[in-house]
Amino acid sequence: MILGRPWGACMRHVPAAAAAGLAAAMLIQAAAAEGRVHHVEMKGVAFAPAQVTVRAGDTVEWANGDIVAHTATSKEGGFDVAVLPGRKGSAVMMRPGTFSYTCRYHPTMKGQVVVEP
Amino acid sequence: MPFIRSTLFAVALLASGAASAQSPGKPTDPQIAHIAYTADEIDIKAGQLALSKSKNSQVIAFAQDMVRDHKAVNEQALALLAKLKVEHQDNETSRMLAKQAEAERQKLNALNGAAFDKAYIQNEVAYHSQVNDALRTTLIPSASNAELKALLTTGLKLFEGHQQHAEQLAQALK
Repeated sequence: MILGRPWGACMRHVPAAAAAGLAAAMLIQAAAAEGRVHHVEMKGVAFAPAQVTVRAGDTVEWANGDIVAHTATSKEGGFDVAVLPGRKGSAVMMRPGTFSYTCRYHPTMKGQVVVEP
Repeated sequence: MPFIRSTLFAVALLASGAASAQSPGKPTDPQIAHIAYTADEIDIKAGQLALSKSKNSQVIAFAQDMVRDHKAVNEQALALLAKLKVEHQDNETSRMLAKQAEAERQKLNALNGAAFDKAYIQNEVAYHSQVNDALRTTLIPSASNAELKALLTTGLKLFEGHQQHAEQLAQALK
């Protein structure tokens, strides 16, 4: 995502072989920096688990196992992820805090993401 | 709600075997699928009417949800009917449901503004409540095919959510 441009800028100033090694090292570093992926199911018109606790920089991925479209939406958390049936959608949690979210189409679906620093 | 009473009456007839010469005692899977399909179609049309008449953003959002979800359920129902090689047939029960729904639609169509919004949402509360009861007590227990039973069970969870949503909206419109 936001890591693409700085890499390109760095690689213009190093030989090809070194650049390849550097790129590989940076990829590993980038993967670590992106954090863990936490999985939440949208199934039976509910989020499961209803609450996930993550670290800042982690990703929450929602998988829609229902036959209807859902969203994971939190105004306070700053995310609005629409997920069609059988598909997945995700958001990176950057800001620490406790964020309640719901499905815009099914307001009875409620979940919470706790983002630790 | 005359329409709701008719819907339940139709379901009760089906459950009692009065509407079926083939299987007295409980409805067959094709009958159950067709009743569920018809009930979905009725709510899709009610939602489309609301989308054409309402100016209330909450009512419009709710109607969009109803059209989207009931269409999705019916797509699954049609796919299942095709898989089971079941003919999608009109019958006395579905004709009666459609006739009563049309009468209700005419009544709603005569209303405008807040009066329409209130009547539409109240009808949605009652409709989902009664259809959910019919699913719980008659249609799901009578279904023989596991996939049909699973689809009806998923539908029930979804429609319970619709009912709660409609109840919340009905309170907000008071």
